[in-house]
Amino acid sequence: MPQYTTFQPKPYRPRMSAYWYLDQWHYLRYALRESSSFFVAYFAVIMLIQIAALKAGPTHYAHFQMLMRCPVIIILNALALAFILLHAVTWFLLVPRVALRQILNKPSPDAIASVPNFMVWFGATVIVALFILGVF
Amino acid sequence: MSSAKRSNEPIVWFLFGVGGFFAAYFLPIHIALYGLAFPLGLVRDPGYDQTFALLEHPLTRIYIAVLLTFCFFHAAHRMRLTLSDILNMRHLNTILAFVCYGGAIVGTICAIWMLAVVH
Amino acid sequence: MADTIILEVERFHPERDTEPSYESFEVPLRADWMVLDALNHIKDQLDGTLAFRWSCRMGICGSCGMMINGVPKLTCETLLMNFAPGPVRVGPLDHFPVIKDLVVEMDDFMAKLQKVRPWIIRKDDETPAREFIQTPAQLEAFHQFSLCINCTLCYAACPVSGLDPNFIGPAAIALAHRYNLDSRDQGLEERLDIVSQHEGIWDCTVVGECSTVCPKGVDPSLAIQQYKLTATKEWFKSFIVPRGKN
Repeated sequence: MPQYTTFQPKPYRPRMSAYWYLDQWHYLRYALRESSSFFVAYFAVIMLIQIAALKAGPTHYAHFQMLMRCPVIIILNALALAFILLHAVTWFLLVPRVALRQILNKPSPDAIASVPNFMVWFGATVIVALFILGVF
Repeated sequence: MSSAKRSNEPIVWFLFGVGGFFAAYFLPIHIALYGLAFPLGLVRDPGYDQTFALLEHPLTRIYIAVLLTFCFFHAAHRMRLTLSDILNMRHLNTILAFVCYGGAIVGTICAIWMLAVVH
Repeated sequence: MADTIILEVERFHPERDTEPSYESFEVPLRADWMVLDALNHIKDQLDGTLAFRWSCRMGICGSCGMMINGVPKLTCETLLMNFAPGPVRVGPLDHFPVIKDLVVEMDDFMAKLQKVRPWIIRKDDETPAREFIQTPAQLEAFHQFSLCINCTLCYAACPVSGLDPNFIGPAAIALAHRYNLDSRDQGLEERLDIVSQHEGIWDCTVVGECSTVCPKGVDPSLAIQQYKLTATKEWFKSFIVPRGKN
C-alpha cells in the first residue's frame, strides 16, 4: 500500500521499545545506576525505623536488631550496599568534573575532581565508623 | 524573543545533587555496619546504651536529620525519573512528581520530628 | 581470515513498505575498508537502489552517521575488519524518521539547532568598531564545545531523544553552551529562557551515551550538566536579585 501523502512519501517513524534499556549494555548499566535510588530510599526508611526503636527503649531496639538479622532483610541490605556503592563510585566519577570545569573554565583531567572526593569518602567512612563503634 | 517562564526544576535538581553527595559519602558505612556487620556478627554491636547515647548528642541528630532529608529528596528525584523513563510512566509525570516528592516531604518531616527531641 | 563479510542492511521503500526489513549483502573484507566503503561497494556493484548519505569520508562533514550493530557511528570512521567474521547490521540513525533505507529526516534537528540562537548575541545593536579581542584562555573556555559537526550520533544514542521528540538534545544544548562560554557573547539570559525548560536541559537524565559516541570529543553531557549548574545558580539568584525587564 503506497505510503504517499499529497506531496511526498511518508517517513517511517520507529517506536521506541518499552525495554529499550535491554538493547545495549551501556543502557542497562545506566538503568542499574538509577535503580540505586530505590535502595537509598529503602535504607533511609530503615534508619527512620532504627531511630524510632532507639527512642522507644532497649526492648524495641532488640526487636529492631532481630529484624536486621532476618534473612530477607540481610539480602536486601546486601543489595542496598552493592547498589549504593555503585551510586557512590559512578557519582564521584561523573559529577565532580562538572563543578571543576565550571570553576576552572577549561578542560582538565577528570582525576583532579574525582580523587579528592574518593578521599573525602574514605575519611567520612572512617570517622562515622569510629563514632558508631564507640571509639569517640 | 522567547518569553516562556524558566522551569522550576532547579530546586529539585539542587536537592538531588546535594543528596547524591550525602548518600555517597555517608550511607555506605551505615549500611555496612547496622545492616550487615552487626546483624551477621562480623563486628561486635556496640549495644543499646552506646548507640542511644550517640543519638542523643545534638550534633548526631543534626547530622542524621540532614543526611536523611537529602537522601529522601535525592531518591525521590531519581525514582521519579526512573519510573518515567525506564518503566515507561512518562505520561503519568504529574502523579509521579506528587508521589515521589510528597513521599520525600513525609520522610523528612518524620525524621525531623523524631530527631527534634530525644531523651 | 575470510575474504568476504555479510552486511545486513535495513531497507525501507517508502512507496511500497509500511515497515523496514533487512537485506543481506556479501561484500569483500578488505583490511583498509571502512563500513562506508562496503556500502559504496553495494551501491556500485550489487544494488544501485540503496540510499545513504556520505560526503567527506574523513569524519568532518557529519553526513554518514548510521547504526552499526545497534551503536551510532560514522561509517567513514568505522573499520569493517573490526566486525569480522560478521554479519554487520547497518541501520538508519535511531530516533529519527526514516525517509528511505539509511536516510533519515533531519528537519527537527535543524529546527532545534536554530531554536537555541547559536550566534554571538550582543546587548547593543551597534556594529563594533573593530574585531573582538580574545585571549587563548578565553578561547580554551569554549573551544571543545565548538567542535560539533552536527552528525547527530548523540541524538541516536540518547534514549531521552527517543522518549521525548521535543527534547532539544545534546548537540543543540552543547552549541548553546559554546556561545554562553564565549567571552564575546552576552546572550546567557536570553538562551536560559529557551534552554532551562523541561524539554531543554531538564529532560536530561545523565545517561552519558551522547558523550561516549561523539566522534569529535565535544562531551555534550558535560555541557548539559554545566548548563544545569548555571541555570540553578541563576534560579537562586532570581530570588535574591530581581531580574530587570529585557
